[in-house]
Amino acid sequence: MRDVRPDFPILRQEIHGRRLVYLDSAATTQKPRQVIDAIGEYYRSLNANVHRGAYDLAVRATEAYEAVRSEVAAFVGAPDPAGVVFVRGTTEAINLVAASLGRARVRGGDTIVVTAMEHHSNLIPWQLLAEARDARLVMVELTADGRIDADDFRRALERRPRIVAFPHVSNVLGTVNPVAELTRLAHDAGAVVVVDGAQAVPHLAVNVADLDCDLYAFSGHKMLGPMGIGVLVGKTALLDAMPPYHGGGEMIRTVQDTTATYAPLPHKFEAGTPNVEGAIGLGAAIRYLQGLGMDAVAAHERALTRYALERLAGVEGLKAYGPAERAGVVSFTLADIHPHDLATIVDSEGVAIRAGHHCAQPLMRRLDVAATARATFYVYNTREDVDALVAALEKARTLFGYAHA
Amino acid sequence: MPERDEAGLAELYQELILDHYRRPRNKGSLEAHTRRVALTNPTCGDELELDLLLDGDTIADVRFSGRGCSISQASASMMTQLIKGKTVAEARALAARFGEMMHGSDEAARDRALGEARALAGVAKFPVRVKCALLGWNALEESAKASS
Repeated sequence: MRDVRPDFPILRQEIHGRRLVYLDSAATTQKPRQVIDAIGEYYRSLNANVHRGAYDLAVRATEAYEAVRSEVAAFVGAPDPAGVVFVRGTTEAINLVAASLGRARVRGGDTIVVTAMEHHSNLIPWQLLAEARDARLVMVELTADGRIDADDFRRALERRPRIVAFPHVSNVLGTVNPVAELTRLAHDAGAVVVVDGAQAVPHLAVNVADLDCDLYAFSGHKMLGPMGIGVLVGKTALLDAMPPYHGGGEMIRTVQDTTATYAPLPHKFEAGTPNVEGAIGLGAAIRYLQGLGMDAVAAHERALTRYALERLAGVEGLKAYGPAERAGVVSFTLADIHPHDLATIVDSEGVAIRAGHHCAQPLMRRLDVAATARATFYVYNTREDVDALVAALEKARTLFGYAHA
Repeated sequence: MPERDEAGLAELYQELILDHYRRPRNKGSLEAHTRRVALTNPTCGDELELDLLLDGDTIADVRFSGRGCSISQASASMMTQLIKGKTVAEARALAARFGEMMHGSDEAARDRALGEARALAGVAKFPVRVKCALLGWNALEESAKASS
């Protein structure tokens, strides 16, 4: 893959007199100038409220917004752009599903299945639904190396759950789950399958038709796009059958005094003025990623992650969590140095990593840690970035009184 | 700029702080506590539980438990040393003084009343870590409010 760093203006800055080494892309990615420029250009030449506008500017803004919907559909292999719903992000997508599908499909005593590697955004909405419906929420356990335990998954399916939700890629362990296989098993048990794809779509070639899952969510800001735009992709027959989520303008067909009929997909789920700027930025991000090629992106990250795991294994006292084969996510602890202390110390070398529970407290408990440090990689990261991280970790060891390895 | 960071970092992770982190004083729990307050640092999930045994208005004994970063653990450890034997009002005055130090007051950082906790003055230069240093003191404040 070509060196993309010149495309990312933010990476040119120095932090504490050092080159910025940004290793927190699982939280949010930096943006290439192509995305930044597309957003600026939208406001310079195209801004108008979309849909129902009779004037030229509104027509063009609507066309641009709807064109991104088609681009998103093509990017993730959705057969019909009508099944692509723009939302604020993965969190809103899953809340939409839990509220709408949950209302339609889950009754008292029903079972909802999640896994122990969920980000809170694919857990709390189901907790809320289970509580409201007096349903049972079952959490599937993980193997020692951080994969979904297939036996426990099958056991959970014996309860004939109404909904099964799991992540495509773990934001803590980097585990890439076998979505197609899990989906087939869940379908055989009669469940609707909801996949949190926030850490997958930015990093792998994803084809939702091949995966056959029913609903799939991801965020624009984790794939070089702006914050505040995300996508829920669903099978149109299912989305059609689901009741609306938010009510308001844009999502209606006709409104009577006390009742209304709703717009067809996807607008039924897009009440209010949408984030057009965000969609335009997301479109630019998708074109940027397509220019690199998602297979090349995945290969770059795989090679970098393998290198990182090798180098980190050489840091005395470092423990990495997660399976050997993984996406560009490495969570670790180092001796008795708390992850927050690690993050503070490596920051002094310009290295930005995340420390904490990564919105995955059930997983933290299973790893028997309160927190981990986490380095995550993307298209703009290099081996030099990994070397800088390792050097900064050695500095942390020195500050905490450990001899230099 | 780099040098000041290095000095700040060395101050943050000085021996006294690491010593309190690795050998915390008054760590554990009091079965016969008068007050028990549990606090978490929502951004990092660090947990701290503070037990006070009051004899009238005096803090006769104190223990803390939980897990967290070097700053939160060392700060809680130093705090327990300071407040044992003090009245609740005196302990609250120390908490206020410590808070001033965390907001960068040099005068507070020179106040001998803060004892070893003065070693934490450098935390003020790391704003995101101030809440770590305050976790134990906030538990004390909660506890004092509950008992007043």
